[in-house]
Amino acid sequence: MLREFPVSIQLEKRNVPSVLFSAVSPLIALALTLLAGAVLFTLMGHNPLEALYFYFVEPLTETWSLHELVVKATPLVLIATGLAICFRSNNWNIGAEGQFIVGAIAGAAFPVLLPGFESFAVLPLMMICGMLGGMAWAFIPAFLKNRFGANEILTSLMLVYVAELLLDWMVRGPWRNPEGYNFPETRSFSGWQVLPEMLTSGRAHYGALFAILGVLLMWFMLAKTMKGFEISVIGQAPRAGRFAGFNPKATTLFVFLVSGAFAGLAGIAEVSGAIGQLRPSISPGYGFTAIIVAFLGRLNPPGIFAAGLVLALSYLGGEAVQVSLQMSDKVASVFQGMLLIFVLGCDTLIHHRVRISRTGTDAASVGEVKNGTV
Amino acid sequence: MTSDKTAATSSVSQMDSVMLGVKGLTKRFGEVVANDDVDLNIMPGEIHALLGENGAGKSTLVKMLYGSLQPTAGEIIWKGKPVRIASPYEARQLGIGIVFQHFSLFDALSVADNIALSLAGDENIKSIAEKALEFSGRYGLPLNPRSMVGDLSVGERQRVEIVRCLLQNPELVILDEPTSVLTPQEAERLFETLEILKGEGRSVLFISHRLEEVRRLCDKATILRNAKVVGECLPREETAASIARMMVGSEISHVRKQTSDKPESQPLLELNDVNLQAATPFSVTLKDINLTVGAGEIVGIAGVAGNGQSELFEAVSGERLQGHAGAIRMRGMDVGRKGINWRRKHGAAFIPEERLGHGAISEFHLSENMLLARHQSDKVAFQWGHGLGIIWQDLVRKATDRVCEMMDVRKPGRNPVAASLSGGNLQKFLVGRELDRQPSVLVINQPSWGVDAGAASRIRQAIIDLARSGSAVLVISQDLDEIFELSDRIAVMYDGRLSSPLSAAEVGREEVGLLMAGIGISEDRHAA
Repeated sequence: MLREFPVSIQLEKRNVPSVLFSAVSPLIALALTLLAGAVLFTLMGHNPLEALYFYFVEPLTETWSLHELVVKATPLVLIATGLAICFRSNNWNIGAEGQFIVGAIAGAAFPVLLPGFESFAVLPLMMICGMLGGMAWAFIPAFLKNRFGANEILTSLMLVYVAELLLDWMVRGPWRNPEGYNFPETRSFSGWQVLPEMLTSGRAHYGALFAILGVLLMWFMLAKTMKGFEISVIGQAPRAGRFAGFNPKATTLFVFLVSGAFAGLAGIAEVSGAIGQLRPSISPGYGFTAIIVAFLGRLNPPGIFAAGLVLALSYLGGEAVQVSLQMSDKVASVFQGMLLIFVLGCDTLIHHRVRISRTGTDAASVGEVKNGTV
Repeated sequence: MTSDKTAATSSVSQMDSVMLGVKGLTKRFGEVVANDDVDLNIMPGEIHALLGENGAGKSTLVKMLYGSLQPTAGEIIWKGKPVRIASPYEARQLGIGIVFQHFSLFDALSVADNIALSLAGDENIKSIAEKALEFSGRYGLPLNPRSMVGDLSVGERQRVEIVRCLLQNPELVILDEPTSVLTPQEAERLFETLEILKGEGRSVLFISHRLEEVRRLCDKATILRNAKVVGECLPREETAASIARMMVGSEISHVRKQTSDKPESQPLLELNDVNLQAATPFSVTLKDINLTVGAGEIVGIAGVAGNGQSELFEAVSGERLQGHAGAIRMRGMDVGRKGINWRRKHGAAFIPEERLGHGAISEFHLSENMLLARHQSDKVAFQWGHGLGIIWQDLVRKATDRVCEMMDVRKPGRNPVAASLSGGNLQKFLVGRELDRQPSVLVINQPSWGVDAGAASRIRQAIIDLARSGSAVLVISQDLDEIFELSDRIAVMYDGRLSSPLSAAEVGREEVGLLMAGIGISEDRHAA
């Protein structure tokens, strides 16, 4: 049956990962996403070039929208930087969205519970509490994995829904603004409780600085320190990790706590800098989109910085086509999803080469060369 | 044209009835020849043993017969016609079935589901379950098709694999070390099944290290050594000792003895009743292992793979800890409860069997692989920044260069990734990485496994030099030549136990071969 195909296409494992493809694979993925997007727009009855222009170019042409780009990229980059070390060490933290929300709730405790407490100290305290909140939420899946072997993908993901419901309950119940006409919102933050804008020209707040510092810090840790080395070793070859004397459980705990802190900081920065209060929904799925950012950025902090801007653009573009072409706001999710799929698909090329051979001819060369077991 | 099974069978008149013939089959992996001009004939209704030490080329031959490897030269003849087996699918179509040593079953699915997954076509699960039940009755392989595979014992899982194989109605069944994972009782049942298959005119290619069972069961045996066929025999007319002799090749010239003149030297490595529970169904439990290695001494541990050698390595290295501290002592210190880095910092060095994935990481550069084993023992040199653990990349690189120069590691570029080195060069690097520290205790598993002759002799020389400078060396190897070439004393591992060590000058190859086959490591000897 298999013999009847005249040509066979096979993936052959490379001995050494391709340097070329690890550099260009995200670019190929971007190009494929644009191509698929053009097809999608065409099928929906729009001029594909015009739609792509509205989606990807127009948001970059005005000052206010550039500020929006930074506002949206800030949480994406922060969260994805934390997730990068999880994914590098084979710990699948899918629950950054929940850690983001709990970080926002914890950080908002000061302005909500102590509205009169206005001093320069309140902002750092809010940020620290935000990080602690994210860490606490991330601790749960790490603990369950270490202690009981529970699958962290499931536990961290399910905790997202718990966090969402917790936030919903808080803003409708105990933390609802007493002067807010029964709207499900907390008090608006004011004075020192607000993370200020960086420039006078627009909304971009100091969270962006945190994101840049986070990227630098994480880059340094991964590239220069033993901790970063340990994370990569445990992710790539657990057995070699044991040989090196590293403790995989301690690493699991470490990466979850750090990524929880980053997500929590992103959460409180978003609430304090961009929204100004807690609401039932404070994130358009930043915690999930950040997974795409992390992979598009090669789990590498500088790459994540660039990828965060790209994905932020996908949010803005989604809003833009909603306004200009009356498309559904789901278009943004479709683009993000396509991008992730193409990124993961193109990554195959880093470790494999495509080999097209005619069956029936001497196929002795096909595959297995790397398989040196005798 | 019935074949007379008791007669030697390579006469021309019988060639027509040969079920599977192999002529001049050769397989090369780069410079390594895994199969060299191999001939093999299997008759219908014959249980044919394929014997050889690890690395002799048995697996490669089997993979070519099953279509997962393609030969470099030579031909395979199936029922008189030359065939090219391009894939396992084609092998199954021809009528060749295989039961692998390590099972490929899904734990979370039922027996019937697992069987259905491997069958082509769209037969429904129910009729497959019925068929499986029928086959399991016919061949004496009791099975419940509805059981979850995860709940089954190792022996039962093997039955699933065998039934799955038989459902495809193979004329030749290949069994790759089927008894290595079975209890004696389970093995006994398997033999009954094989007799039934034989009675139906099916042939069996039986791969095993256990010579007694081969003698009992097999009609004929082909023996591989160093990629070549070194002999055929009728196992029933041989003794286990004579077969073992063929496997290990006692005619190899005598090796130069490295005598150690310090019989009562200071003990540097002591194992006192080391026990270790098997971590997985495929690993071995270590039972009461006692051994002392003195300064300046090389002790060799021989044995067939999978008898507890890698578990012993894990215990001695500290990758897995002992229940009490005194079980392992190094340089007079109790280290049984100390981790691998503590042991390293106190003068021990370890080189595991698997280079990629254990001793080194394939996608890491050599300098990173240097750091992998030495980040704690050389902390002062390689790290700075008071607990921040910032890596002195430059010093690590320099140490890497020094090791590469010392061991003559040939590599593309200054600091390439480990995967780009040949096996021999990577092994030289891994040995050099440890020797560079002048360890007082060295434990090395398979020093020259899959390594070309030049690199092997360089590595062995380095090990001898280290011991002569006063270190204690424990060498674990399946290669008897290597064991004899290096060791002052030799012990043999079998089924998680270690025989008491014998002086290499006094023990013969044949005696070691028998111990390796599990003959002679009796309880009383162990106690003695």
